[in-house]
Amino acid sequence: MNKTTLATAIAIASTIGISASASAQDLPECENCADNMTIVSWGGAYSKSQLMAYHDPYSSATGTTIVNDESSAEAVAKLRAMSEAGNVTWDVVDVVAADAIRLCDEGLALEIDADADLAAAPDGTPASEDFGDLLVSDCFIPQIVYSTTFGYRNDNDDWGGATPESVCAIFETEKFPGQRSLEKRPIANVEWALMCDGVAIDDVYDVLETDEGVERALAKLDTIKDQTVWWSAGAETPQLLADGEVAIGSTYNGRLFAAIEEQNQPISILWDAQMFDLDGWIIPAGLSAEREARARHYIRFATDTQRLADQAKYISYGPARASSAPLVGKHAELGIDMAPHMPTDPKNAQNTFLYNYEWWADNRDDLDAKFQAWLAK
Amino acid sequence: MASEITTHDGQPLRKSLARALRREKFRALVLIAPLLIFVLVTFLSPIADMLFRSVENSIVSNTLPGTTRVLQSWDPNGKELPDEQVYASLADDMMLAQELKLHTRLGSRLNYDQPGIASVFRKSGRHVKKFETDTQLEAFKSFNAVWATPASWQALQNHSLWPQAFPSTAISFNNWTRFVKSDEGEDANLAEMTPYGLTYSALYYDLQQLSDDQWHQLSTTDNPLLTSMFEGLQQAHSSFTSTDYKAKFLKIDKGWGKLENWQTLHRLSPPLVDSYYWASIDRERTVNGIEHKPENERIYVTLFIRTFLMSALITCMCILLGYPIAYLLATLPTRTSNLLMILVLLPFWTSLLVRTSAWKVLLQQQGVINNILVWLGIIGDDGRLALINNMTGTIITMTHILLPFMILPLFSVMKTISPSYVRAAKSMGATDWTAFRRVYFPNTIPGIGAGSILVFILSIGYYITPELVGGTKGVFISNRIAYHISSSLNWGLAAALASILLVAVLILYWAYDRIVGIDNVKLG
Repeated sequence: MNKTTLATAIAIASTIGISASASAQDLPECENCADNMTIVSWGGAYSKSQLMAYHDPYSSATGTTIVNDESSAEAVAKLRAMSEAGNVTWDVVDVVAADAIRLCDEGLALEIDADADLAAAPDGTPASEDFGDLLVSDCFIPQIVYSTTFGYRNDNDDWGGATPESVCAIFETEKFPGQRSLEKRPIANVEWALMCDGVAIDDVYDVLETDEGVERALAKLDTIKDQTVWWSAGAETPQLLADGEVAIGSTYNGRLFAAIEEQNQPISILWDAQMFDLDGWIIPAGLSAEREARARHYIRFATDTQRLADQAKYISYGPARASSAPLVGKHAELGIDMAPHMPTDPKNAQNTFLYNYEWWADNRDDLDAKFQAWLAK
Repeated sequence: MASEITTHDGQPLRKSLARALRREKFRALVLIAPLLIFVLVTFLSPIADMLFRSVENSIVSNTLPGTTRVLQSWDPNGKELPDEQVYASLADDMMLAQELKLHTRLGSRLNYDQPGIASVFRKSGRHVKKFETDTQLEAFKSFNAVWATPASWQALQNHSLWPQAFPSTAISFNNWTRFVKSDEGEDANLAEMTPYGLTYSALYYDLQQLSDDQWHQLSTTDNPLLTSMFEGLQQAHSSFTSTDYKAKFLKIDKGWGKLENWQTLHRLSPPLVDSYYWASIDRERTVNGIEHKPENERIYVTLFIRTFLMSALITCMCILLGYPIAYLLATLPTRTSNLLMILVLLPFWTSLLVRTSAWKVLLQQQGVINNILVWLGIIGDDGRLALINNMTGTIITMTHILLPFMILPLFSVMKTISPSYVRAAKSMGATDWTAFRRVYFPNTIPGIGAGSILVFILSIGYYITPELVGGTKGVFISNRIAYHISSSLNWGLAAALASILLVAVLILYWAYDRIVGIDNVKLG
C-alpha cells in the first residue's frame, strides 16, 4: 500500500461516525473448542494493552484460560522448531507482517479467510474491506499500524533552536549536529537514505533493485556512519535520547509516546516519512481441531471493531480497521486524547511510507548481507 | 618357563584377573549409563542433527522430483533455457507443491542462493492451478478412447517396463495420487479415476524416449487392452501437440526465463550440497566454479578472524588482570582471602544482562567514566572517549564477565604451590624475580592453561554481550549465527558457520594438547 491508499483508508475511517456496540454478548458460541490457550506476544506495555483490551474480556466472556508467552521476537524460529518436532504448543501468535509472510511461506501458519472468520464492521462492511490493503498475507490478521519514526531531543543547545521538519535532517550534520541512532538492519534505513538522496518515494524499490541503487543508499548512510549508534531493541533509542547519548534516533512510535508522555523526557517526534508497519495475529499450523477452533474464535473476538479501538487506550498504536479509528478514546491512565498520538492520525500521516513486503521478502537476505558487510567495514 | 600361576579354583590367574577387570568396567559403565544416555540424547544428537543441516538439501528434489530429474540432462553452462519437457515437469511438480503448500517453502530456501526467486515461486503457486492442462489428454483420448479409462493405467502399471521406461510418468502419477489424496481425503477412490492432464504430458515425453524394442514389447503383449493402447501410437504420438508450459510460466513471471534461476535450481538439485559452506567463507559456486562473492557481500571471513583475535585478546587481558588477583587470594590469610573471594564471585552470580547494562551506563559518552574524566579535566567536553558500541566496549565488558573463569582455576592451582619452594629458591640465592620466573610461575602454568581454555572457548561463543555493547566493529561470528537461526531462518548457513567454529575450536584444542599437553591442565 502506498500513501494515497492509506490516506483514503484514513479518510474513510473518519467519515464513519457510527459508534460500535459489538459486545461479548454478540459473540457466537464456540463449539468443540479447547478451554485454554497460549497466546504469544511481545511483552511489556504492548502485552499489557492486549491483556486489558482482548484477553481479560475474552476470558470473562468465554471462561477460557489464557496463558501469555512473551516470545514473539523469536516466534519464527520457535514455530519452525515446534513444527519439526511435531509439537506446537502455541495457539495464537502476535508477529510483525514480514514474519507473518515468512511463516505463511514456510507453511507454518494457517490461512485465515477475513470475511468468513472475522466479524464485519458495525455498519456491515465486510472485514476484508474494513482491513483493506492491510491484509498483506493470507495467514495474517493485523491489529495495529505502528511506525518506525524519529525522536529528537528538543533541548539540543547546538541546534540553535532549529527543529527538524524532514526525515533528511538525520543527514544534515551541520545543521543538526550530534549522534544519531538507527536500527541495525537495512529495512527502513536504505529507503530513507535514497529518499534523502533525491529518489522519488515511488521509485525507491526500483532503484534498490539494482546494485548501484544499494551502493547509492549505503554511500548516503556512509556520511553519518561514524556518528551513528546502531540499535537492535526498540527500547534503546528512547534510553539513548534520555541519556543525551544521541540527539536524534529512530524507534517505534509507541516507545517515543511512553518516553514523552509517561516519563516526561525532553523529546519530540518527527513524523515525516514515518515507516508504517503492521503487527497482528497468526495461527500456527498443526493444531488439533479443538485448539484451532478456539484460536479462530479468539481472533474473531480480538479483531472486531471495538476491541481494536480499545487497545489504543493503552498504547499509541493505530487500530488496523478503518472502522475502529473514530472510536479511539482517551488513554486509560493519563486521560489524554489518543487520536493525535496515532501514527495514522491525518496530521501525523502527511508523508508516510509502508514497506513493500514482497520486495523485502525477496531481497532481505541479499540486502542484509550487503548491509552487514558495510557495517563491518 | 614356569607353569602358569593359577587361583585356588584352578583358573589361570591372568584370565581370572581379566574377567574381574571386565566386570569392574561393566559395572562402571552401568553406573555412568544414565548420564551417558542423557548426554547423548539431549546434547550430542541435537548437535549432530543441527550440523547435518549444513549439507542437507533434500527439499529441492523432494518438492520438485520430476523437474530435478529431467533438469539433469540440461547444460547449465550453455546459453539456452531448459526445454519444454522441464517446464511440463515443473507444472506437474508445482501443482502438487501448491496443493501441499510446499512451493513457498522451497522458494525461501532457493532465495538464500538466488535473491528474488521466492516471489517467483509464490506467484507461480497461485497461477499453476489455473493452467489449461488437458491438451495432451485429449490427444491420447482421440487416438484411442481407452486411454481415458482407469483400466488402461492399471494395465500400463502391470507391465514389466513400468516404471523404468516411464520415469516422468511414474513421478507424475505419484504426484497426482498425492494431489488427489490431499484434495479429496485419504480414502479417495483412485482406482476409478484417471490422472490429470499433466500426467499425460509426462507420458508424451516418456514415449519419445522409448526404443523400438520397447515399443514392440508394449504393443505385443498378451493383454489386449495394452496392445490396443500402444498399437500405432509410435507413429501417432509425435503429432500430439505440446501444451507449451514454457510460455505459460514465462507469462506468470519473467523469472522463469532467467538463466540464473535455472542454474541455481540445477546446482541445488542434489540432496546434499556444499553451498552453505562456500557461503560461510564468502564464496559461491557459479557456472565458472568457485568464486569470491562480490566485495560488498563478504563478511564471514572477517568475522571469523575478528572472533578469534578478539577472543585471544580477551584471554590475554584475563591472564594479565587475573594472575595478580589469584596470587593475592592464594597468599593472603584465609579470612581476608575469603572476603576477597566473595568480591570475585559476586559478579559471577549476577545476571549477565545486568552486568552488561551496567557497563553501558559506565562506558557511554555521557556515562560515569567519561563524566569523571571531563570533571577531572583530563579530556575536554567535546573530546569524550568512545568506549562503547565498538571493539573497546566488547573487550572491556567481556574481560570483566569472563575474569572469574580465569581467577578460579589460577587460584586453586596457586593454593597447592607450597610457599617453601620459593623460600628454598631464595635461600639458594635467587632474586625475587628469578624465584618467580624459575620456580613459582612454571608451577602455575596448568592453572593458566585451564583458565585460558575456559575463557577462550566461552568468548568464542558469546553473542549477547557483543550484540549489546559491540556496535558494528565489536560483534562476533556468533551474532550472525544467532541472526540466521532466529531471524532469517537460514538454518543451513547457521549450521555451516557453527560447524566451522566447532572444528576450529577442536583444532586449537588439539594444538594446545600438542604444545602444552592437556594433562597439564588443572582446575584445582
